[in-house]
Amino acid sequence: MANDTATTGKKKRRIALGCEGSANKLGIGVIAHDVETGAATVLSNVRHTFVSPPGTGFLPKDTARHHRAFFVRVAKQALSDAGVRIADIDCICYTRGPGMGGPLTSVAVAARTLALLWGKELVGVNHCVGHIEMGRAITGAENPVVLYVSGGNTQVIAYAEQRYRIFGEALDIAVGNCLDRFARAFEISNDPAPGYNIEQLAKQGRVLVELPYAVKGMDCSFSGILTRAEELAAQVKRGQKGPEGELLTPADLCFSLQETVFAMLVEITERAMAHVGASQVLIVGGVGSNIRLQDMMGAMAAERGGSVYATDERFCIDNGIMIAHAGLLAYETGFRTPLEESTCTQRFRTDEVFVKWRK
Amino acid sequence: MATEFPLPRVLTYPASAPPSLIAQGAEGRLYKTTHLHADRPCALKYRPPKPYRHPILDARLTKARIAAEAKVLDRCYREGVPVPVVYALDAAAGWLMIEWIEGIPVRQGINEWLGERPEDDAPPAEDLDETPIVDLMKRIGQAVGSLHRTGVIHGDLTTSNMMLRPRPQGSEPEADAKKKAVAGDVILIDFGLATQSSSDEDRAVDLYVLERAFASTHPRAERLFSHVLEAYKHSFKKAHSVLIKLEDVRMRGRKRSMLG
Ligand SMILES: Nc1ncnc2c1ncn2[C@@H]1O[C@H](COP(=O)(O)OP(=O)(O)O)[C@@H](O)[C@H]1O
Ligand SMILES: [Mg+2]
Repeated sequence: MANDTATTGKKKRRIALGCEGSANKLGIGVIAHDVETGAATVLSNVRHTFVSPPGTGFLPKDTARHHRAFFVRVAKQALSDAGVRIADIDCICYTRGPGMGGPLTSVAVAARTLALLWGKELVGVNHCVGHIEMGRAITGAENPVVLYVSGGNTQVIAYAEQRYRIFGEALDIAVGNCLDRFARAFEISNDPAPGYNIEQLAKQGRVLVELPYAVKGMDCSFSGILTRAEELAAQVKRGQKGPEGELLTPADLCFSLQETVFAMLVEITERAMAHVGASQVLIVGGVGSNIRLQDMMGAMAAERGGSVYATDERFCIDNGIMIAHAGLLAYETGFRTPLEESTCTQRFRTDEVFVKWRK
Repeated sequence: MATEFPLPRVLTYPASAPPSLIAQGAEGRLYKTTHLHADRPCALKYRPPKPYRHPILDARLTKARIAAEAKVLDRCYREGVPVPVVYALDAAAGWLMIEWIEGIPVRQGINEWLGERPEDDAPPAEDLDETPIVDLMKRIGQAVGSLHRTGVIHGDLTTSNMMLRPRPQGSEPEADAKKKAVAGDVILIDFGLATQSSSDEDRAVDLYVLERAFASTHPRAERLFSHVLEAYKHSFKKAHSVLIKLEDVRMRGRKRSMLG
């Protein structure tokens, strides 16, 4: 790629490298922002996922070890894909939180190392804000209500006065966590993701089994559903009949679980949209790559005269590019994370971030 | 606006006055129509099918929610809580017909009172007599107190879900426009998310929802909210412990944070 300052002597674009590792994905990406227009160009987006055996979840210790082992490889790949020189990079962005402590720390240390090695400034990024900004950039949704659904988060968010405000959220476990744990009950593969495999199985489901439905205003909860679904899974494995005497299959349970939890998510999103008077909705986070969820959300938004915006797994599932993008937005407003403050934190609310780059 | 949506079947029968669509919320639509007599207005709450959800799940939820709302309203009415009385329902068809409440939502009354006051939360000019608005806050606290005493949790307390019904003509001395805006009886509406419970926790969460909604809807009147809680405190025996619990709930609300 051409030298950015060669022709005019003035920078045409700013470039950031972003490092993400708050859960089981290690992602490193390089993004460029046009200095004039602010337009974002993805230069590279490399990811390596720690996949645990069926029936198990990913533990912090093993995940952190995975991130450390792969960081250099993934970083080199991201740089060579992007075709940029180290000198072209303006800042190193990393996930400050929220997420799992061990994996976060591993990646923060690696990001700090790069910053020192290359003499670059650091920008700590809120993971959730990364998802939102990337979703907006890719889809062009201007001011949507955002449904953020992942393994660790379930939030309904709307922007107001320089903050992403949380209107509703899961009061116990996150929706992705509910799906992942259910997958373990049937030893459904974690490759590429348990949620993806549930989605495929659900397509063969025919019977809708009654599961608890727990919505409270704009909040919801999933642990009761998980408990019931696990009970039913144990019955199915024993070849027992369902509550109405029918023979249930794992596919039926996957189908019923999806129909129920997605209906809840669409309902709380609709309530937030009615509350703030929005007609656009953006889905971000790993669960957002589920086509059934996107379709349901689309049907709801269409009724309200609006539409749904979603991205595919490259941008929905945790990645480094979203951290680079949100970090660069902050960097452009003058935000820096000094080395001695470049910590990370397991808890970091979306609404704690001052969104200086939006009006 | 009313023609945009297909009417529920119950509203397609001949009537002396055509139904009119009053509000379109996330949950459903509210029509003004009449019940039995042409001069008895009523509100018809209709939950249309949601095309995004599985039809079996949709039917189950709609039916359960209409039935629950009717049950709670009926219980409140019998216990003297200020709510609209239930006239008729068809849970499977997704509608509930209730008494029409004259007047304006409390939200509108408060905003009319606040009028052009400056943006900040500064105390008003010394010559302004705040008695009428403070009285309204107390009536809100009493209404919520009587609801909780009955063992009902509203689930969605906001100043939009309370109406201000004017008292019968002549019962009140002539008031100026501002005073009039905040006069009348507070009637609680919209029990679509209501549940039955008498626990301090559930009651405190109900108050917390109202407190947050009040602060975001009426930032300029936030300091008046203490009068709501004060009146609530004296409205039933266990109110005191609910208010202690409210402290906890507030702390949790501020601290609640999620893992990535
Ligand atoms: N019984 C009633 N009498 C008169 N107006 C009503 C009545 N119920 C509701 N409304 C009006 O309709 C609006 C919406 O009704 P509500 O029951 O709160 O439904 P939702 O908020 O779920 O759409 C209220 O804010 C109020 O202005
Ligand atoms: Mg309402």
